[in-house]
Order: sequence, then structure tokens, then C-alpha cells
Amino acid sequence: MDRVSTIEIQGLRKVYPNGVVALDGVDLTVAAGEILGVIGRSGSGKSTLIRCVNRLEEPTAGTIRVGGEDVTHMRGAQLRATRRRIGMIFQQFNLLNSRTAAENVALPLEIAGVARAERRRRALELLELVGLRERAGSYPAQLSGGQKQRVGIARALASEPSVLLSDEATSALDSETTESVLDLLRRINAELGLTVLLITHEMDVVRRVCDSVALLDDGRVLERGPLGEVVARRGSRLAAGLLPTFGRVEVDGGVEVVLLGEDADERLAATGARVEARSTERIGGRLVTRALLVGGDTSVLEREEVHA
Amino acid sequence: MSEDLAPLIWQATRETLVMVGAAMAVTIPLGLLAGVLLLLTGPGQLLAQPVAHRLLGAVVNIGRSVPFIILLVAVIPVTRALVGTTIGTTAAIVPLAIATVPFFARIVEAALREVPGGLVEAALAAGARRREVVTKVLIPEALPALVAGVTITTIGVIGYSAMAGAVGGGGLGDVAIRYGYQRYETDVTLATVVVLVVLVQLLQLAGDRLARRLSHT
Repeated sequence: MDRVSTIEIQGLRKVYPNGVVALDGVDLTVAAGEILGVIGRSGSGKSTLIRCVNRLEEPTAGTIRVGGEDVTHMRGAQLRATRRRIGMIFQQFNLLNSRTAAENVALPLEIAGVARAERRRRALELLELVGLRERAGSYPAQLSGGQKQRVGIARALASEPSVLLSDEATSALDSETTESVLDLLRRINAELGLTVLLITHEMDVVRRVCDSVALLDDGRVLERGPLGEVVARRGSRLAAGLLPTFGRVEVDGGVEVVLLGEDADERLAATGARVEARSTERIGGRLVTRALLVGGDTSVLEREEVHA
Repeated sequence: MSEDLAPLIWQATRETLVMVGAAMAVTIPLGLLAGVLLLLTGPGQLLAQPVAHRLLGAVVNIGRSVPFIILLVAVIPVTRALVGTTIGTTAAIVPLAIATVPFFARIVEAALREVPGGLVEAALAAGARRREVVTKVLIPEALPALVAGVTITTIGVIGYSAMAGAVGGGGLGDVAIRYGYQRYETDVTLATVVVLVVLVQLLQLAGDRLARRLSHT
């Protein structure tokens, strides 16, 4: 398996023994080096989905490939070796209270049979990477939530995985800490070229770090695509959550338009309409302008750009 | 009588400590093993084995439901097979261990069950074997609770060991019955009680200290 790997999920089904259908035929591909966010409400099956990738959950049907290798039916030593190539971070951090930060980070290395001195060296290096070198000797109880998650990220990176799974990694954190942890994820993705599959129920997380997004509902993928593309989709639930917002505006007969690109100003002017409200934000690497127009001639815009 | 009191109590205290120490030396490893298996063979656990789980559970429950004084005599054939004698301090160790292992096993099971499942999953996700989950996650994380469990169990064994006199095991309980009760030597009874109280207090103090030192939460 290369350092950079894709995740390919095909026809994934998961039915629990009590008959609950958690995943009902999911197809999803995470391209090498990309961050894909799966968004959904609780009970949508997103947690089951991510846990199937490293087989913490047994799929009922379908296949999962990581770096081209079929992991769906792996067992024993082969499964354990594959799991070492897949890092995972958790909502509740899941650090061992009996171990210091450095010892927590060293756990995967211990499991991989790395010698003690080398473990120590690598653990400190990883703590440095996540900005916690000076807390190496602290126990989890002495760390804040954000620091714990940083240790969790360092631990997930310890065995040099090609893929990172993030299970609601920021849901237990306040918004400021969330931001810094997401920045860290983005940085790691860029520096190490890691492929990231993350699940979240917060559109803000998707907007901030993801390259692509998939909407999971009732065990099915309803919508998916690169952020910069999805955001301009008419009538899209994802777009509705991703688009920049403007404050409460009450206008009769207003027309909402969404324009991509740097030339939004000129193109809005070309309609001759009165711009009642507008908001511009960079989403998925593209400048997205959402505006509410009154009057003018919106036919000079593309049909897809006129939303309502 | 009272000039002989000190050596008598001293001898009895040593017998009690030998019985309790030896019984715990057997109980800790066996009870740990049984407790780990009780937990891991349970439904939804790493070694889920319904038949083995129920069997082990039944054995443990039977061990815990027989009153110690009955167990003491009931296992005499086992004692003879294991240590070659059915009387004396050594002979008392066998029934003490048999009575204590199931008790400690349940304490171990309960302590390990308190370890959050997420920690086990984090280790599995990192590629851990089941054995590593036990040695690197379950036992270290439950260590303060396990130490507290050893304290509780040891104090329980001290109580049981008072009945060891029934098989000539000696010890403080035996002295209290033979001298204090049967010969109306109240000072002997009092002395044994004082020694037992001090013993239990010291043990509890040491156990609490150790548990606190091991806890990083």
C-alpha cells in the first residue's frame, strides 16, 4: 500500500442483528490525498460507515478497498497490518488514562513492535508536529479537550498511515478549539498527503476542511461532489447548508442567485438589478457569491446560477 | 497464662499471614485470568463464547454460594491431592484459595467492565491483538480498581482464615476459639481482635494509598 491511498466503497450494506438497516447500499470513493466529509444527522449511518472501513464494524454486504486492497474479508494478521495503515481519531479522543501523552502516541508503535528508544523518539516527533512537545509527560486528565484530540491525532499518525478516519473528531470541542484542530487536520493532509475520510454533523466542519462532501441520510448517499461544485447546485440540500448566509432579508419578488468566480461584481452589475443583499465566501477553493436581486434582468446569467 | 500471651499471638499472627498471603498468591493470577475470561467471553466481547461464558459463570457462582465452613471440609480430597495433607496451615490454603478465586474473579470482571469500550476500539484500530488489548488497555486502565479489589479480597480472606482452625490450620481465629472461647481466656480473644483490627486497618490504608498513586484521572 502506498503512503497515499484511495478509499473505495461499493454497495456497502450493514444490517444489525436487531434488523436495523444502518447502511443501505453506499457507494463512495475518497480520492488519494483528498479530504472527504460525510455529513448526516445522528442515525444516518455515518458512524457505521466510517467504522466499516477499518472493520471495527462488520459489513453485511459490499466491498471496501483501501489503497486498492480489498479489506472487506481480511482476518487476523493481515487485518491488523491493514489497520496499522489506517489511522483513526475519535469524538471522545479515547486516550488511555494510565499513560502519558507520549506513551499514548507510542501505543501503535508498541503494537507494531518498534523498539523502545525509537518509539520514544517518534512519539516526541509527532507531539512536536501537533504542537504539544512540552506536554509529553502529561496524563490525559491534565490536558484540555483540544490538547487531547491533538494527542489523538499524533497517535493516529504514529504508524505512518496512508489513510486517516475522523469520527466526529471535533464534536466534543468548543468552536475555537474546533477551528485549531481542523487547521491541524488540513495541515497534516497537505504536508503528508494523507487521504482523509471524516464524518460530521456540522456543515461548518465540511466548509472549513473538506475537498468533497457526501450527504448521508437513512443509510444512503443522497448527494455528493466536490465542494466548489456542490455549492452552486440548484435545490441542493448540501448547497443550502454550505452557501454563505446573509442576515434576515424580507423582500417581495426577490431573486436569489449564486455566482462562482472572481467576476461576480461585474456580472451582478450587468443584470441591472438592485442588490438587496450579498455575501461572498471562499468555499472549496472557489469564490462563491450569493446575492438577492430585485428587478433587473437575470436572463443574462446562466440558468443554473438563478436559484429561486 | 498472660506471660505466654505474646508468643502465642505472635505464632498465630504468622500462621494467619502465611495462609492469607499464600491464598492471595494463588488467587491474584487465577482470579485475574478467570475475571478476564468472564468478561471477554461475554456477549458482544472480543472472545464471545456463549457456552464457555455460561459454564465459567456457573462454576464461579457455585464457588461463591458454598459457605466457607462447608467448603473447608468438602474439598478435603482436593486438598490431599494438591498438598499431600489435610490438616495444618498448608492444608487450609487450598480451601481458602478455592473460596477466594471466584470472588476475586467477579471483582476483576466488574473492574475491567468499567474500562470504556472506546479505548478497546482505539487499540484495535491501531492493529492490536486481543492479548494486547488485555495487557495494554484493560488491565492498566483498571489497575486502580484492581488494587482496590485486591484489598477487599485480602480482608475477606483474613475473615475466612479464622475458620481454618476446623482443619487444624491455626491462625488468629483458631487461637481465639480454643483459648478465648473454650477456656474462657478473654484476654486472648481481645488480643486476637486487636491484632486483626490493626492488620485490616494497615491493609486498607496501604491499598488505598497504592490505588490513589496508580490513578491518573
